[in-house]
Amino acid sequence: MSIQKWAGISWGWGAPPLISILQEMFSYTFLVRAVVVGLLVSLCAALLGVSLVLKRYSMIGDGLSHVGFGTLAIATAMNAAPLMVSIPIVVLAAFLLLRISENSKIKGDAAIALISTSSLAIGVIVISFTTGMNTDVCNYMFGSILAMNKDDVKLSVALSVVVLTLFILFYNKIFAVTFDENFARATGVKTGLYNILIASLTAVTIVLGMRMMGAMLISSLIIFPALTSMRVCKKFKSVTFCSAAVSVVCFFIGVVISYAVVINNNTLPTGASVVMVNIAAFLIFGAVGFIKGRIKT
Amino acid sequence: MAPIIFRDVSFAYEGNTVVSGLNFEVNGGDYLCVVGENGSGKSTLIKGLLRLKAPHQGEILTDGTINLNEIGYLPQQTAAQKDFPASAYEVVLSGRLSSRGILPFYSREDKAIAEENISRLGISDLRKRCYRELSGGQQQRVLLARALCATKKALLLDEPVAGLDPVVTQEFYKLIEKINRETGLTIIMVSHDIHSAVRYASHILHLKNTQVFFGRTKDYVDSEVGRNFLGMGGAAID
Repeated sequence: MSIQKWAGISWGWGAPPLISILQEMFSYTFLVRAVVVGLLVSLCAALLGVSLVLKRYSMIGDGLSHVGFGTLAIATAMNAAPLMVSIPIVVLAAFLLLRISENSKIKGDAAIALISTSSLAIGVIVISFTTGMNTDVCNYMFGSILAMNKDDVKLSVALSVVVLTLFILFYNKIFAVTFDENFARATGVKTGLYNILIASLTAVTIVLGMRMMGAMLISSLIIFPALTSMRVCKKFKSVTFCSAAVSVVCFFIGVVISYAVVINNNTLPTGASVVMVNIAAFLIFGAVGFIKGRIKT
Repeated sequence: MAPIIFRDVSFAYEGNTVVSGLNFEVNGGDYLCVVGENGSGKSTLIKGLLRLKAPHQGEILTDGTINLNEIGYLPQQTAAQKDFPASAYEVVLSGRLSSRGILPFYSREDKAIAEENISRLGISDLRKRCYRELSGGQQQRVLLARALCATKKALLLDEPVAGLDPVVTQEFYKLIEKINRETGLTIIMVSHDIHSAVRYASHILHLKNTQVFFGRTKDYVDSEVGRNFLGMGGAAID
């Protein structure tokens, strides 16, 4: 195990160690790009996640990321731009999943399992016909910080801004539809429309974050921050703000750790590091919530 | 002409008629209780009233003074709401949603109406509390305040006292009666509790996949259907 970089943290000489690591990190433009996109995607994922978790739709995020894996494999096989192929197909899958979970004989969770394993299988077959199982495939599954090129960044930033704007504009309606769909429908809100809105925004967010976080791990960005902030916060608004903050902070810490820690000449995988930080945050918030509850009673 | 009229209405799911022969009218300020056993078509009737389900036959008429989107609805609680992180105030305010149309944010007037209904139902001290930490009775009051925010004409209550203890149940009925008397809101309540229904309601609609009885409460108590159904419930009426 190489400890040069750890040494920077622990005993650092010269500039304060953390700052020097950050300086070093952000001297690489590809890392700056990745962090900017990552922060925006974590923000979107956290906001949508609150609604998805409360609506018991957490698994839709997971299912969509598997569909994303399949489309990514196909896009690579066709030599097409991955985001351009993935986004429309995953949005379509989101529609389909909602339709199925609402009114079909195959119940929601089973339908999601069906669709996600099917697309995983299709993806694996396509890959085995083209490149075979190589590092690229591993990167699709578990993410790589190097995946973003300049055009991807532009598209990602634009789409994240769209997701954030729509979320803010429809915040009150999303609250109503999440809290009580029957009441919202009875007062004339087109709940189906908002469900589709939530699902398609989720689909876009997942595709944007998938290559960095990995298809297997991207849904953690949606689920963890919401659950973490629900340990402590009691209002919908504070849950929303808190999970946005938790998500962004956890992503940043995760990226820095993945850069700074070097084991056997490998840096830590970004996606997994971010998830580990999220787990830590979840446990800390859980403990705080537990203690708070104890003090009250 | 009465504000809400059902004319030969029937509802069906995939061709199977669930409830038919609905012929009744609800006037402004009425307190109508819909009673009947499980599966008698009560929930379907609610969906019809809320325009969530179109009649299979017949028609539901309104006189134009009431828009069916403006019925304040108190639905049965769902499992997802039991652990929902939202303050009571946020829940009540969401009742104003229908007034917003496509506008994204609530106006000052919406907030004032929410406050007014919060104090009317005596839940001012709960407004910052978390919804999931309230007792069943308190949650129902919050949802009732939300329903009041959505309407000036009529309230539709779906088994509002299910799961409440007897004392809270009686308080809730008194609250509904007070709202009906003081504001003249039309009340349509679906209930299993036939004894409280005949005590508080002005009209009774008894369903058994068809309309068995519709009329004033005192006529219902004297009718054969009413006597049978009340007798089944056990205790006598005072």
